[in-house]
Amino acid sequence: MTPRYVARSPAIAARLLGDEMIVMSARDSTLFTLNPVATEIWQAADGRTPLADIVQARICANFEVDPATAYQDALTLVEDLAARGILLLSDQPIPSAPQP
Amino acid sequence: MAAARALDVVVDIAGIPLRLRTRDPAFSRMLRERYASFLRTSAPPRICQLDIHLTPSDRPPADADQDVRVTRRSNRWRFERGDFVCEWDPRWRRGWIRQSPNPYSVDSVLRILHSLLAAAQGGFLLHAASAIRNARAFLFAGLSGAGKTTIARLAPPDVTLLTDEISYVRPRAGQFWAFGTPFAGDLEHAGTNVSAPVAALFLLAKGDLTQSEPVRPVEAAYALLRNILFFATDADLVRPVFYSACEFVRRVPVRCLTFVPDPSAWDLVK
Repeated sequence: MTPRYVARSPAIAARLLGDEMIVMSARDSTLFTLNPVATEIWQAADGRTPLADIVQARICANFEVDPATAYQDALTLVEDLAARGILLLSDQPIPSAPQP
Repeated sequence: MAAARALDVVVDIAGIPLRLRTRDPAFSRMLRERYASFLRTSAPPRICQLDIHLTPSDRPPADADQDVRVTRRSNRWRFERGDFVCEWDPRWRRGWIRQSPNPYSVDSVLRILHSLLAAAQGGFLLHAASAIRNARAFLFAGLSGAGKTTIARLAPPDVTLLTDEISYVRPRAGQFWAFGTPFAGDLEHAGTNVSAPVAALFLLAKGDLTQSEPVRPVEAAYALLRNILFFATDADLVRPVFYSACEFVRRVPVRCLTFVPDPSAWDLVK
């Protein structure tokens, strides 16, 4: 399996309010709310840690889900967030990513 | 020169004085009357200034209903609508307006300019009525028809109205404060030029029952952002407004106020 890396897009703004993450695309001011799983991935998205490691440490450790399913769901989620310009997704580490 | 300066009008909104410079005595008089409660007789040396260039009033009527365009080119802002053009340089805090001699164009420019000035200070202008009761400010937000003017009209005598249309919110000494504005809605008169720390934001909804319910922080942020008056689409300015709105809902209780239009609505405002 090719490792995948995720990083926060520099073109967004985000804040944790209560237990929910609100994210705004600075490009067109669209607002998104991240669910708890997406928030975990968002908080760990440093561009250096492989997605599989994030899923293991943040999702499998906190939610009752088997690792294979968790990874597949996480990949679908980050692809969707990448398509919306909220996350960057790459086969290589993303060194210049904004740090959590 | 002294005669020309005598026509200057210094309008102080939310503690931000702005010199409006015109050579037209009638226009200067109109400004003094319109912003009477917000005038300053003295001004600090590095005051914001707008030079107003009036175009002949016999020109074809401009389209005031056209959407405002706010753009930034290098360091200068440009505001445009059918009835005015304005350029603003934030480095020098100077700008100019070209418009016909009417009160509405300059009033719109002031709203746009203050939305930028407030954003730079961690604040915002909000589609909201606001009022002070017991030294605390309450905001009542909603777009047109939500009940801002209605709630303002129902205010009991111990309430000081800050505005029935556009509220000015910015941080001061670790708290969010609401300031009176001259920007009037259907009530058609300027607010009182005073300020107080914000105690609560009510999101207005008309209903068959008067009640107030807490709103989830994310929901509150969405509603607040929907009601913030902001024309620029520049990412560098949109981002701080987003952070200010999030900070506001972290610090200030936000409630949904459904009300029947009678004075009992104010029983829940404490």
